[in-house]
Amino acid sequence: MVQCLAPDGSVVREDLLPDPETRLELYRQMRRARHFDERGWVLYRQGRLGVFPPFGGMEASQVGTAAALTKNDWLFPTYRDTGAALTLGLPIARTLAYWRTSPHGWHMPADLKVLPFYIPIATQYPQAVGAALAERRQGTRNVAMAFIGDGGSSEGDFHEALNFAGALNAPCVFILQNNGWAISVPTRAQTRATDLSRRADGYGIPGVRVDGNDALATYHVTREAVDRARNGGGPTLIETVTYRVKPHTVADDPSRYRSEADTAGWDAKDPVTRLRTHLLTAGLLTEDSEAALLAEIAAEFEAALAEADSYPEPTPAEILDHVFAEPTPQLKKQRAEILAEHAAPNQKEQA
Amino acid sequence: MTATPPTGTKNMTMVAAINDALDIALAADDTVHIFGEDVGVMGGVFRATDGLQAKHGEGRVFDTPLAEAAIVGMGIGMGLAGLKPVAEIQFAGFLYPALDQILSHLGRYRHRTRSRYHLPMVIRAPYGGGVHTPEQHADSPEAILAHTPGVKVVIPSTPADAKGLLLSAINDPDPVFFFEAIKLYRSVKEDVPTGDYRVPIGKARLVTHGDDVTVICYGGMVEVAQKAAAAAQAAGIGVEVIDLRTLVPMDTDTIISSVARTGRAVIVTEAPRTAGFHSEIAAVIAEEAIEHLRAPIVRVTGFDAPYPPFTAVEDVYRPNPLRVAKAIRQVMDY
Repeated sequence: MVQCLAPDGSVVREDLLPDPETRLELYRQMRRARHFDERGWVLYRQGRLGVFPPFGGMEASQVGTAAALTKNDWLFPTYRDTGAALTLGLPIARTLAYWRTSPHGWHMPADLKVLPFYIPIATQYPQAVGAALAERRQGTRNVAMAFIGDGGSSEGDFHEALNFAGALNAPCVFILQNNGWAISVPTRAQTRATDLSRRADGYGIPGVRVDGNDALATYHVTREAVDRARNGGGPTLIETVTYRVKPHTVADDPSRYRSEADTAGWDAKDPVTRLRTHLLTAGLLTEDSEAALLAEIAAEFEAALAEADSYPEPTPAEILDHVFAEPTPQLKKQRAEILAEHAAPNQKEQA
Repeated sequence: MTATPPTGTKNMTMVAAINDALDIALAADDTVHIFGEDVGVMGGVFRATDGLQAKHGEGRVFDTPLAEAAIVGMGIGMGLAGLKPVAEIQFAGFLYPALDQILSHLGRYRHRTRSRYHLPMVIRAPYGGGVHTPEQHADSPEAILAHTPGVKVVIPSTPADAKGLLLSAINDPDPVFFFEAIKLYRSVKEDVPTGDYRVPIGKARLVTHGDDVTVICYGGMVEVAQKAAAAAQAAGIGVEVIDLRTLVPMDTDTIISSVARTGRAVIVTEAPRTAGFHSEIAAVIAEEAIEHLRAPIVRVTGFDAPYPPFTAVEDVYRPNPLRVAKAIRQVMDY
């Protein structure tokens, strides 16, 4: 397992250390992600966010990997990868809108190739292969990155995608976040395999196992994989070994299927604390500069929350928008039905 | 890709017309890519892509590993990234591994990205029976797709329509399923316009005109209905045969105006009876033309059993002209 920082924050591989600027940026993005995750809980309890799958504790796995991309690359995130999407630049307001089930959350910015969070398990993997292949066929050096969990790696689509990507030499980076749980099913019940990165062997592609709570290590191995893909070297599977310390969603009660003993020990491996310790030790961060950073992050979040609050709710007929480029006669008729049924008094909407 | 008017005609089979359409699309638009099992070197199990790899290169026409979910899933990704994927699924009965990609994503992409992305993807698949294929090779799964929001379903019944509808499908901004009746691949020849010939999606075709009965069908059942109609015409019954061509969007107007005039409707498909697309056609007629009906609507279909892989009795399952003729007689005698 590749590691750059030990859980106590000490450097175990000097040669893997990225430059100081990158280390600070990874820390900033991890703090942004953690802030979102923590505020998400509060907002959910206040009824200001829908059911949301927390990812706190997995920031190194999501930020370190997504940070290796540029805005020209593709990101196929699952519902647990809010941190990865934020890192690549998905606006916080849109992300909040998504978890509030507002259409504005599905409306992705034009300068990003981030897809809305994937709900079905593993379907994003073959699609990432297609996007990657299309970039290659169109002569660019852009790559596609897709996320999946240990549970998702049991799906057929996962295996088909790895095989396709290898056979077609698609510039794809496959991130397998092994966080120990598929809702209530532990990885040991999910599969007899213990090193999921070795699943790459079956498809003739490189597989890398990395400490998923070490942002410097995840960044390093992902950069290597991204560079290889850009240069025509094909796909890589990266297993980030991490842990879902939080429940499956804010509505889930993990005490039904696991004990505190299961999660004890992972707090000591916390990815944010680990990088923070390193940065403080290396003199790249001070109490003051961190306080300024956290204030900036909090202000950014609250401004985004205000923006999300300003998004109007969809109107009834909007459920029929964006089905086809040109609505079919059937859809036009159904639209008229909805307008007639839901027309506000004293208001005539144009069909 | 803009249409150039056809300059003449060429006599060809349906599979040749499909090949011609694919060739034209590849030549006209660099973003068109054809892929699937055995479509490259071999040219497809029915030779629909014959010669296309040699002519347009391995980058444009390529073989994939044997995995339908990934063929469709990869096509979705290609479509997101600006290509026009034209995937071949070797037989419609082999589409099922890809249903997650289809039902969960293909038709939803425009909707889930509020039109930021759309999928100009075509999925071609041979379908239907009548040629004694092995087990699983004769399915008619069109109702599953017609029931999936956001995808179009096109099923041609003639060489010219196959060409014109396929070129329209490839140039459509949204996903299109294009089912090709195996029975018709080589059994029919006709003059097909050369060049970039288009038939609009969503417009039915009047096959024969008549005032007594409307027979609605598509794909492999059109020739069956035509034979039944010819026999009925000889007996003095005026049969109007409508080839639907497109299930989604359905040309309701043509169906309703015909049934309103004849007062009788027979619907013919080779799919299982329960919840088939014939049921949707019947429902629309019941909703919009019931006051014109002089007889109950009759469906002539397959049965609620798997398509039989038994040559001796295949014809029991798949509607033949005799069964359609009986249905015509039934609505006339009501």
